[in-house]
Amino acid sequence: MAAASISVTESSLVLYALRRADDALILGHRLSEWCGHAPMMEEDMALANMGLDLIGQARELYSYAAKVEDNGNDEDRYAYLRDVRQYRNLLLVEQPNGDFARTIVRQFFYSAFADAYWRAMMGSEDATLAAIAAKSEKESAYHIRHSSEWVIRLGDGTPESHRRAQDAVDDLWAFTGELFHTDDSDAGLIADRLVIDPESLRAGWTDTVTGILRTATLACPGKSWMQKGGRSGNHSEHLGHLLSELQSLQRSFPGATW
Amino acid sequence: MSTPNIQLWEVFIRSRNGLAHKHVGSLHAADAALAMQAARDIYTRRGEGLSIWIVPSDTIVASDPAEKDMMFDPALSKIYRHPTFYDVPDEVGHM
Repeated sequence: MAAASISVTESSLVLYALRRADDALILGHRLSEWCGHAPMMEEDMALANMGLDLIGQARELYSYAAKVEDNGNDEDRYAYLRDVRQYRNLLLVEQPNGDFARTIVRQFFYSAFADAYWRAMMGSEDATLAAIAAKSEKESAYHIRHSSEWVIRLGDGTPESHRRAQDAVDDLWAFTGELFHTDDSDAGLIADRLVIDPESLRAGWTDTVTGILRTATLACPGKSWMQKGGRSGNHSEHLGHLLSELQSLQRSFPGATW
Repeated sequence: MSTPNIQLWEVFIRSRNGLAHKHVGSLHAADAALAMQAARDIYTRRGEGLSIWIVPSDTIVASDPAEKDMMFDPALSKIYRHPTFYDVPDEVGHM
């Protein structure tokens, strides 16, 4: 007997919190997949630590969404009992880990945005979002530092590490446009200053990314067609597989605790 | 998995203001910046520290275990070097 998916009443604020929570949960889960498999023990710990930071952010955002939705859902129900089409995360974060370079480049693209995003969100008129931002910013500041240092070392390392890092940059670039996605649901929140307009972060993100890539001797892809769809539930084929693992226990044994 | 040719570092953590940095362990990292991050990730996950020192292990000069007797045994018989060796007169009070 499998547990059925929940229904969610997605008001603008609930949808907004779920989108950010899903980013954090899915990227955190991806990092957790490295546990016990990283190239060296030190990096195994670093990736797991970042994953736990992200899952902590997801929990706070899900809890806030549950409070705003006020429909009997909670953080666990959002995480374990929504189907793939109900997930609202960026396509970037669900992309498979690949090799170490790909994981690092994915983290770098996301963290370069998240760090500036959380810092800006500390000024939100929504007290809960501002508090979550203040805590998350300290974590994302470390994530961007750690991933930047690795991007530089991989890009400016051996011919093989350079090739792998460049491949990751080229392949993941098309997923970076969605970082700045907004839609009608966001517009009211932005107007009320509850959330920031991500467009205001684009110049800073571009500066950060091009600067680090240059230091890393990696070529920065030019303007190109960008993938999107995650924010409205149109995901790549990878997310379903990820969720089948993440949700298997609660789907198979509804309400199981230990 | 082995990590050949990667520098070994010793890690020292100061847990509170006023205390000394204390050796907590070692780690592998290719350079100082990554060693500092690895030290943070491995040794301060449970709030153990306010400050980290890292030192390349090969810069530490260590005493030779084979010379242990010569180095340390002579001190064992000098119990008068401990403050507790002396009787302090009651009139002195707390020193």
